[in-house]
Amino acid sequence: MNSNSIIEDESQVSSEVTPERVLGWYKNMLTVNIMDGIMFDAQRHGRLSFYMVSHGEEALMVGSAAALDAADVITTQYREHGVFLQRGYELKDFMCQLAGNHNDPGKGRNMPVHYSGKSKVNIHAVASTLGTQIPHATGAGYALKMEALENPDQAPRVAASYFGEGAASEGDFHGALNVAATQDVPVIFICRNNGFAISTPASQQYRGDGIAGRGAGYGIETLRVDGTDIFAVYQATKEARRRALKGGGRPILLEFMSYRISHHSTSDDSSAYRSSSDVSYWKSDDRHPVARLRKWLEHQGVWDQTRDAKLRAQLRKDIILELSEAEKEKKPALRAIFSDVYAELTEEAEAQRQELKRIMLKYPEEYDFEEHEGGIEGL
Amino acid sequence: MKHRAVHQLRRAIGASTIRLPVRRCYSTHPPNARLNLPVDYATTPLLAHSSQAALSSKELPEDIRNGPTKKMNLFQAINDAMGIALAEDESVVVFGEDVAFGGVFRCTMKLADTHGAERVFNTPLTEQGIMGFGIGLAAEGMRPIAEIQFADYVYPAFDQLVNEAAKFRYRDGTCGRSVGGLTVRMPCGGVGHGGLYHSQSPESLFTHIPGLRVIMPRSPAQAKGLLLAAIRSNDPCVFMEPKILYRAAVEQVPTGAYELPLSKAEVLKEGKDVTIISYGQPLYLCQSAIKQAERDLGISVELIDLRTVYPWDKKTVFESVRKTGRVMVVHESMVNAGIGAEVAAAIQEDPDTFLRLEAPVARVAGWSIHNPLIFEKFHLPDVARIYDNIKRVLDY
Repeated sequence: MNSNSIIEDESQVSSEVTPERVLGWYKNMLTVNIMDGIMFDAQRHGRLSFYMVSHGEEALMVGSAAALDAADVITTQYREHGVFLQRGYELKDFMCQLAGNHNDPGKGRNMPVHYSGKSKVNIHAVASTLGTQIPHATGAGYALKMEALENPDQAPRVAASYFGEGAASEGDFHGALNVAATQDVPVIFICRNNGFAISTPASQQYRGDGIAGRGAGYGIETLRVDGTDIFAVYQATKEARRRALKGGGRPILLEFMSYRISHHSTSDDSSAYRSSSDVSYWKSDDRHPVARLRKWLEHQGVWDQTRDAKLRAQLRKDIILELSEAEKEKKPALRAIFSDVYAELTEEAEAQRQELKRIMLKYPEEYDFEEHEGGIEGL
Repeated sequence: MKHRAVHQLRRAIGASTIRLPVRRCYSTHPPNARLNLPVDYATTPLLAHSSQAALSSKELPEDIRNGPTKKMNLFQAINDAMGIALAEDESVVVFGEDVAFGGVFRCTMKLADTHGAERVFNTPLTEQGIMGFGIGLAAEGMRPIAEIQFADYVYPAFDQLVNEAAKFRYRDGTCGRSVGGLTVRMPCGGVGHGGLYHSQSPESLFTHIPGLRVIMPRSPAQAKGLLLAAIRSNDPCVFMEPKILYRAAVEQVPTGAYELPLSKAEVLKEGKDVTIISYGQPLYLCQSAIKQAERDLGISVELIDLRTVYPWDKKTVFESVRKTGRVMVVHESMVNAGIGAEVAAAIQEDPDTFLRLEAPVARVAGWSIHNPLIFEKFHLPDVARIYDNIKRVLDY
């Protein structure tokens, strides 16, 4: 797609990429974009303790997730809300996690944006530790390879791992790629190179040819893609998946180039380390992934300014409503403090649960247990 | 360097199978020693030298107690457990550095031939990669057995163990995924000449991590039962193998598949005057010290093997201490913040046990230093130190 949102070589686009399907992608990209804006403000108003936006990376998240099979296993870093959305996460799911209420599958244990979606969308729970999830995808990919050997009638699956260019400096990136290459694991490593790791520009992250430049060193087929062009992202991921399954399995490395338009998180002010002109360039209609796709949809005649404005207003309304609803819900029952550390509650945990309860009963005015499902009895 | 050291260690450990008094170049026993004598593994009552002894444990299931036994050393028993696990469950895989040819300590001998290169294989030399890979396998419902070549080299994988394996179930919540299928094996402990990086016992670093089970066996039959329990357990397990026992400890081991309970201590010897709590190789030193102390002092000592060092069996320990009123904890790793610190604190914290204490809880452990090559005999707990502490808690 060129800067006028015209696809220069239509033969490069798969036949299943219909304007209707692309419109679905666009809606998901826009949802992420608007949700991020609202949640950022909500954090500023003290309604959330923390948030991380993903402005500028909407196309790479949605486009790559659309090219994967629903049964493929995914590990993420934390800036992949679009992957969760494309895989079936709903607004309510996001808001329940952000509010830490009793509907959050993570039982309110994790910081905001640390979604846990294994059961609903086959994505591992998000953890703050950088890079550690990359070898998990290698392990998962090996499990899927063995599953394919045992059940040749079943459609083979791949694992995919998303991470930033900063996380790729961690030792786990090296371990993951090297093990994947030597064991011929069907896994796709997806690097989101957005130019910054918090305040550190890529020039202080590496001196080689980006992350893609490392693939050959591991013996891994690699491709660098414009991460703001959803068609390029989709086609690259689709081809990566096909190749990852070839001959029983092999790893593929993709580097999606984009720009982190937003601050790193709500705890960061990026004006302290970069110029506003860079940011405005990437926010422009020629560069922004959402604007680029909207223009393409308009060229196709399936979208226009009026419908766009209407959708934006509707999304804002839905998101604010879901957040308000999620905030009204009770927090998870207090027993979730001690459960799930081990498969069964240990004797030690049981003794500590009873001790906490004893203290709370003795000093009830010191604890806000009524916010939790079942109150003190929920412990 | 690591591989050269492995080779030397293997040769040195191999030498102990020749029936000669053990005379190693770095550490020797003084000619007049009465207490600090080499452990006689051939006669120690801590090993089952007959089938009858091996099958007498009430923890074994009925069919095993009526079944055959076979003489095995520790590495053979561990190999046997992994062979059973691979045969009975297709989701079990074994991997690590150099495991395909049989492992630098022979623990994975023939497993790749029998069960296939897809299920028993070498990984590149990356401990964090091995652990992360194992977690990914376990998250898909498999039962990976990862090997770290020496416990001394587990630290690159520490982040994966602490922040990932241990927390996986907790953060996943109702999604219900965990890496409970994961078992991490690692040779540990002093071996006479392992120096700084082939001697460590980092168990207390793992016992400070909620979510992990930390196990250290003392004998072949125990290693087999505990390792099978660890592999089948739905919690991630750190299984630490005292490498000095790989060839030295030989006993009759039931040939069938059996489990020994995790988080359950074993009373190895009943007594009424002092309780000694230990685990792994130092139990043999405790046994030697007890033999001398009982002969010299006319007392009786109770010896407890913790087996699982976390979550550990407080009930068995408290019951014993309430009976004897005097207690000491023995382990190789540094005294400060070691297992002994936790056990001692728990004993004084329990109101009923505290009231029965007749003497301070003693800790006999490694000094707060690194394991220095030629000084090992002065560093790790020995029979003389254990013997002296028995007298000290009795004299208090």
